Amino acid sequence: MAEPPGFLTATINSIANWSRYNSSWGATFGLACCAIEMMHTGAAHNDLARFGMEVFRASPRQADLMIVAGRVSQKMAPVLRQVYDQMPEPKWVISMGACASSGGMFNNYALVQGVDQVVPVDVYVPGCPPGPQSLMHAILTLHEGIKSGEFVRV
Amino acid sequence: MTDQMPTPDEETAPEPAAPPVAPHLAPLAEAFPEAKFEQSAAGQQVARVESGRLVEFVQAARDAGFEMFIDLTAVDHYRQRSGPRYDVVVGLLSLKHNQRLRILVPVDGDVPSAPSITDVYPGANFYEREVYDLFGIDFTGHPDLTRIMLPDDWDGHPLRKDTPVGAVPIQFRDTNKVL
Amino acid sequence: MTDEVTTEEEATEAPHPAPSETERRQLHDMWASGTEEPAWVVASTAEGAQLMLPRDQATGEDVAGEGGTLVVDDRLFEDEAAEAETTILNMGPQHPSTHGVLRLQLELEGEVIRRVKPVIGYLHTGMEKTGETLTFLQGPTNVTRMDYLAPFHNELCFSLATEALLGIELPPRAEAIRVLMTELNRVSSHLTWVATQGMDLGAVSMMIYGIRERELLLAFFEKTTGLRMNHNYIRPGGVAADLPDGWEEDVVGILEGIPKGLSDYHDLLTNNPIFLGRTQGVGVITSEECFAYGITGPPLRATGVDWDLRKTQPYSGIEQYEFDVPLGENGDVYDRYTVRMEEMVQSLRIVSQVLETMPDGDYRTTDLKVTPPPRKRIDESMEALIHHFKIFTEGFKVPAGEHYQAIEGPRGELGHYLVSVGEAKPWRLHCRTPSFAAIQSLPIMMGDQLIADSIAVIASIDPVLGDVDR
Repeated sequence: MAEPPGFLTATINSIANWSRYNSSWGATFGLACCAIEMMHTGAAHNDLARFGMEVFRASPRQADLMIVAGRVSQKMAPVLRQVYDQMPEPKWVISMGACASSGGMFNNYALVQGVDQVVPVDVYVPGCPPGPQSLMHAILTLHEGIKSGEFVRV
Repeated sequence: MTDQMPTPDEETAPEPAAPPVAPHLAPLAEAFPEAKFEQSAAGQQVARVESGRLVEFVQAARDAGFEMFIDLTAVDHYRQRSGPRYDVVVGLLSLKHNQRLRILVPVDGDVPSAPSITDVYPGANFYEREVYDLFGIDFTGHPDLTRIMLPDDWDGHPLRKDTPVGAVPIQFRDTNKVL
Repeated sequence: MTDEVTTEEEATEAPHPAPSETERRQLHDMWASGTEEPAWVVASTAEGAQLMLPRDQATGEDVAGEGGTLVVDDRLFEDEAAEAETTILNMGPQHPSTHGVLRLQLELEGEVIRRVKPVIGYLHTGMEKTGETLTFLQGPTNVTRMDYLAPFHNELCFSLATEALLGIELPPRAEAIRVLMTELNRVSSHLTWVATQGMDLGAVSMMIYGIRERELLLAFFEKTTGLRMNHNYIRPGGVAADLPDGWEEDVVGILEGIPKGLSDYHDLLTNNPIFLGRTQGVGVITSEECFAYGITGPPLRATGVDWDLRKTQPYSGIEQYEFDVPLGENGDVYDRYTVRMEEMVQSLRIVSQVLETMPDGDYRTTDLKVTPPPRKRIDESMEALIHHFKIFTEGFKVPAGEHYQAIEGPRGELGHYLVSVGEAKPWRLHCRTPSFAAIQSLPIMMGDQLIADSIAVIASIDPVLGDVDR
């Protein structure tokens, strides 16, 4: 039986946000230990595809979300910023793990003490490294934020 | 540890004047009478060589069977000893004899300098760049002595003992809160 | 290095002084709005001297320096090579196939690689400096994050070096637990390698399968140590905790589950004509070059050299278990593949022997100097409480001396060089890491090959950039 023709009222913003959070593609920005857990999150056992996230784009120009997975050194920080700048708007950043969020246990000359000094961060994930469940929770938190419009800066 | 066991020759050698070197090191000890061969506390073979004869020594060690280059690093004995401040530490491995040899080369000065051993072991290339980067030891004769770990515009050499760790104070928010 | 940075921009433009506060703010606005940066910013953040020079600017010495003096080839200095139209391609540091943040500069003539220069340091964490600020008991926390695919090996190496300086012996159960965990870790590390090797060659399903089996191991690690990675489980004096109840069933499950996966991999890859075509005869290195560059582990054994530190310089009681050392012949990517695949089988063989012969007894040394008193004693005795407190705050003092400890990690010889001056913290911690040596050899393995093969070569040496840059 065919559905009767219906209509839907919504704001443009909520439609746009709905489509944004349902397919937020990540840029691969695996740096250190957390990248392995990020790989595990995307692989069969944890299956990030359930949340419309199975594609990690190799090119930042095709990505909406940068998951900074690991410690960011002083030498890497300009590269990180450049990759972030190459991503199209709107874009989001998840800082995965203690090192990316605050330098972690390495408070020394070589590391940027928190990636939020270089790029704006939306969600921080604690843990060293955070397990796949933590990362998925962070991604779902981000999705909620995008859906409600809280995290959209355009 | 097979490489730490003293050979039977050493145990039976009665006169203390003879250098207590294992047979595989005999050609080295003969050619370099000024090099000091000793055992570390845990029984590893160490040779102390002046930096002027390092390349010759390493070449001789390679001919004596230490075919594999393992490691090159440095130690900063800042205010720990009188005499040269740094030791360049070269690690070699002999697969033939199943032995290791660690060569300590004392170097000193504001711009400490040691000869590069890349002509003998090309694998020392990156290791010497690392020591140059982190300790500021200049390896003369190195083909491409640039920083390797840190950006080019970095100031200073972080692994020197008079360089601080570089920690930034951690700012906790809401410090008035009773935890 | 100063004479090498005389590129044109720096010769013509005077260096800009450090930016003032207003300039910093302007810069920040520029970044935020996406405006192009002023030239002096670009110049001050570029790492000119570490990069590959274009052919018309590079002297023979520069070319030799990039790859080490062993590979100096007359071809590099021929006029025709200098006149050939070449392009320098920058690969990384953010590239999906470089296994982290490796940056390679490739000089290409068409599709053929003429020169390679690895540029590293993008993950430099200053761990050797941090290691000097942590006590010997805290040390494994630091080094376990170095090679994050082989955390147990790093902890074991650091602990063995500390124990050698302390001169303490371990009870047999502690050593058996260490062997169990490191050999399982070798399997989990090789599983990541086979997953990424397959993925880099286009077999994306390998990625899924390799990680599927790895989850089995990580679940066991989590049960035993509390964390999936970066365990800080093996410590000077033994291990942090005894194996959990029911560990035998878990290990039996691993021993049954992994070989099933391995046979899947063999079906998928080993006789796959595409895989063979992309790996056989690619990335060849000879044993002499391995010696000269300090390359150990599977790449060395793939050239046919029978050298495994577990056999030749055994540690932690590994000599009591039976296993074979798989060898290759040609030293190419395919031989490294077969060596690693067989190594997993041999590691599981060791694990099954450990399972059968696990001795009873203490899981850490009874030397009270390094072992904290048991939890129960702390409730009863004031002295035990003080002792516990002192071990974890002040740490134990380690006699002065220096020691180089090497073990066979999944990537080759992993060595920790410790210098102690009789304090509770090491005076110097140096880590000789296998990937650092292997990265250097990329110019040899990749020279004169097609650019598509470079991916296979990088994956085959299984570099971990945390291990390279430390």
